[in-house]
Amino acid sequence: MKPSTNDMPVSVIVPPKGFEAIDFAELKRYRDLFYFLVLRDVKVLYAQTILGFAWAILNPAIQIILFTVIFGKIANVPTDGIPYFLFSTVAIIPWTYMSEAMNQSSQSLVSEQGMLGKVYFPRMIFPLTPVLAKLVDFTISLLLLIGVLIFYKVTPTWNMLLLPVFVLYMMLIPAGIGMWLSSLAVRFRDVKFAMSFIIRMLIYTAPVLYSAVSIPPQYRLLYSLNPIVGVMEGYRACLLGGPIPWGFIVPGMVTSVLLMLSGAMYFRRMERVIVDVI
Amino acid sequence: MSTDDFAVVAEGLSKIYRIGIKEQAHDTFARAAIDFIRSPLQNYRKYRSLYRFDDVAAGESTAAAVAPTDIIWALREASFEIKHGEVVGFIGRNGAGKSTLLKILTRITPPTRGRAEIRGRVASLLEVGTGFHNELTGRENIYLNGTILGMTKKEVDRKFDEIVDFSGVERFIDTPVKRYSSGMAVRLAFAVAAHLEPEILIVDEVLAVGDVMFQKKCISKMQDVRKQGRTVLFVSHNMPAVSMLCNRAILLSAGQVVMDGSPHEVISRYLNSDEGVPSQREWPDPAGAPGRDVTRLRSIRVVGRDGRTVSSVDVRDDVGIEMVFDVLQPGYKLLPHYWFYNEEGAMIFASLNQDPNWYQQPYPAGRYASTAWIPGNFLTAGMQFVTCSLITRSPDTVQFDEVQVIGFSVRDNMGAGTARGDWAGEMPGAVRPLLKWTTEVYSEVVDRIDHGQRSPS
Repeated sequence: MKPSTNDMPVSVIVPPKGFEAIDFAELKRYRDLFYFLVLRDVKVLYAQTILGFAWAILNPAIQIILFTVIFGKIANVPTDGIPYFLFSTVAIIPWTYMSEAMNQSSQSLVSEQGMLGKVYFPRMIFPLTPVLAKLVDFTISLLLLIGVLIFYKVTPTWNMLLLPVFVLYMMLIPAGIGMWLSSLAVRFRDVKFAMSFIIRMLIYTAPVLYSAVSIPPQYRLLYSLNPIVGVMEGYRACLLGGPIPWGFIVPGMVTSVLLMLSGAMYFRRMERVIVDVI
Repeated sequence: MSTDDFAVVAEGLSKIYRIGIKEQAHDTFARAAIDFIRSPLQNYRKYRSLYRFDDVAAGESTAAAVAPTDIIWALREASFEIKHGEVVGFIGRNGAGKSTLLKILTRITPPTRGRAEIRGRVASLLEVGTGFHNELTGRENIYLNGTILGMTKKEVDRKFDEIVDFSGVERFIDTPVKRYSSGMAVRLAFAVAAHLEPEILIVDEVLAVGDVMFQKKCISKMQDVRKQGRTVLFVSHNMPAVSMLCNRAILLSAGQVVMDGSPHEVISRYLNSDEGVPSQREWPDPAGAPGRDVTRLRSIRVVGRDGRTVSSVDVRDDVGIEMVFDVLQPGYKLLPHYWFYNEEGAMIFASLNQDPNWYQQPYPAGRYASTAWIPGNFLTAGMQFVTCSLITRSPDTVQFDEVQVIGFSVRDNMGAGTARGDWAGEMPGAVRPLLKWTTEVYSEVVDRIDHGQRSPS
C-alpha cells in the first residue's frame, strides 16, 4: 500500500536568514508535547518528598513569616497601615512564582541539552514550560493567600475582577526573561550564577517588602519601569482594595511586553545555532 | 521544482563548522564584556563567524588558497533524491557526515548552504528513549516520549495498548521507570518508537544499542516499515543490517556523497576501500584494550598465507585470523575463539582454539598470538565479519568479546581449483566448499528406453 503523495505536508529546509517570526502553527502542532512537559515538571518536582505539594505552601509561608519578623516587627517598614503579614503575603506569593519560573526557565536549554541534539521540536517550548508548570504551585499557594485574607477579614472589592489580568501580566515576565536568559545561557554559563544575584536585585528594587508609596514621586516613573513593581502593586490593589495605582502598573506592563517580544525574537535568532554552540 | 514522487530532495546541502574559534569565544560574560568594550566590531564578527560563513566561497571550486583554514565542512554539497518507499542506508566512516546529514534533515540543526525538500511526515529516531524521565511511570513516559517523537496525544491514546503489549512491561506500567531494569526501560522506549507511523522514518545507529534479541526486534520492525511502503533513511555501521534492510545505499566520505547505488555495490566499495570495517585492529594502549584482569586483546588482523595483513583473499586461498593478546595473570586456562558472519548478518560457523600445545593448559603470563586458518575453497565470495572472543575456563568468564571487529572480502574466482569451476551462474549458500566428488562406472550396458512402449521387466 503506497501512501498517496499529494496530501503530504511539504517542508523545506534552508539556511536561516535574519529574524524570523514565531511559528504559531508549529507551536500549536506540538501543544500535546508542551502539555506533557509541563506535567513532567509538576510531577517530578515533588517526587519522593514526604510533604509533596505542601511545599508549595510551606516555602512562601516560611518566607512571609521571616520577612514579617524582620521587616514588620524589627525594622518597622511602613505599609500604609496594612498589617505587615497581610501586606507581604499578597506580594510574596506572586513573587515566589516569578522567581522560580525565571530561575528554571533561564536554565531550561542548558539542562535539557541532551534532548536538543536528538530530536526536533520548537525550542521555545523549553523556556515556556516552567512558566506554566510553576502555575500549579502558584495555584496551590493561593490557598494560603485566601486563608490569610479571611483571617484578616479582608472584604473583596470589584478590583478582584482584574486579578486575571495581573496573573497574565505576571506570567509575561518570566516568559520574557526566560527566553532572553535561556538562549544567553547557551553561550554564557554565567547566567546560572548571575540568576541568584538578579533575583535578589529584583526583590529589593520592587515593592515586595516595602510599599511603593515610599518612593519619591520624581523617581516613580523610572522605578515603575521594573515590571515587578506593577505586578506587586496590581496584586495589592486587586486583593486588598483601594484605587488601582495605574501609574505604577502601566510602565511595567510596557516593559514586560517589550521584554517578551524582544526575548522571543532573540530566541528565534539563537535557536538555530543552539545545537552547534551549546 | 521536483516531482511529487520524491520523499526527500537534497540540493547542495552543506554544513560548515568553525574550529578553533570555539576556544577563542568567551566562556565568561565578564571576559566577553571586557573584550567587547575593547574591540566591539571584532567581537561581533567573531560571534557571527560561529554561524555565518560569508567568507567561505560557495561551490566546490573553493580553492585552498582562498578558503579560511579554520573551517570544517561536515557536509559538502550533498545532493540526492529519495523516492517514496525507498529504504536508503547511509554509510561511511565516523565523521564522514552521516549524522550531520540526518540532523539537517530532521531540522535539529540548519544547513549552512543548500536546500532540502521533504514531502511527508517525518519521524526521527536518533536515540531510543529521548526524554525518558526516571521519576515518571511507564505510562507517563510513553506519552512524553511519544509526543517528543512527534505524535499527538490522540495517536498515543490509540496505540497505547499495542505499545504496552509490544514492550512486555504491562505489569509495571504504573511504576516509575527508575525501578525498571535497564532492559525493560529500553524495551519500553523502543516500543514507543516502533509505533510511530510517519511517511518518512529517519533512524541513526539505534541498532547499535541493546542485546542481540533487541537488535533482531529492531530489524524485523524495520522490515515491517519497509513492507508498508514507507521511506526509511538509515545510518549505520552495521553493514549486514544495511545490506539486508536497504534497497539503496549512499556512501559519504569527508562530507561528500561519493557513491550512490545498490547496497551490495556501495558496501563492497566501502569495505574494500580503507574506510570500512578494517581488516586489522590494534590497541596500542593496554589500558584501553578490550579485556579484563586476566587477558587483554592487543591486536587482531586478517593474514594471508605469506603472513602479511590482507583485506581480501581469493576464494581458493587459505586465510588466517590472528589475535594477539596479553596474559596478565598466569595460571588460567584460556579459550580463544572466533565467530564468523556473512554480509546478511547470518552466523556461518564458530571456531575454538584447540592447539594441542595449549588446549586445557594454563597459560603463563606473556604475549600470545593465536591464529585460526580457514582453508581455501571453504568460504563463499563476499564480505566476512569476525567476532573475536576469549574466555577463561572453570568458571567460564568472558575476557573480551569484540563483535564483528574485523572483516575481509573473499574474491570470487572461477576455473580450475575453484568450487564453481567454469560455471558462471549463481553459486548460492553461506559457504562454498570444494567437495570431493566421485563418479564410478557401474556398467557399460543400459536398459534401452523405447518411446511409447516400455520393455517388460
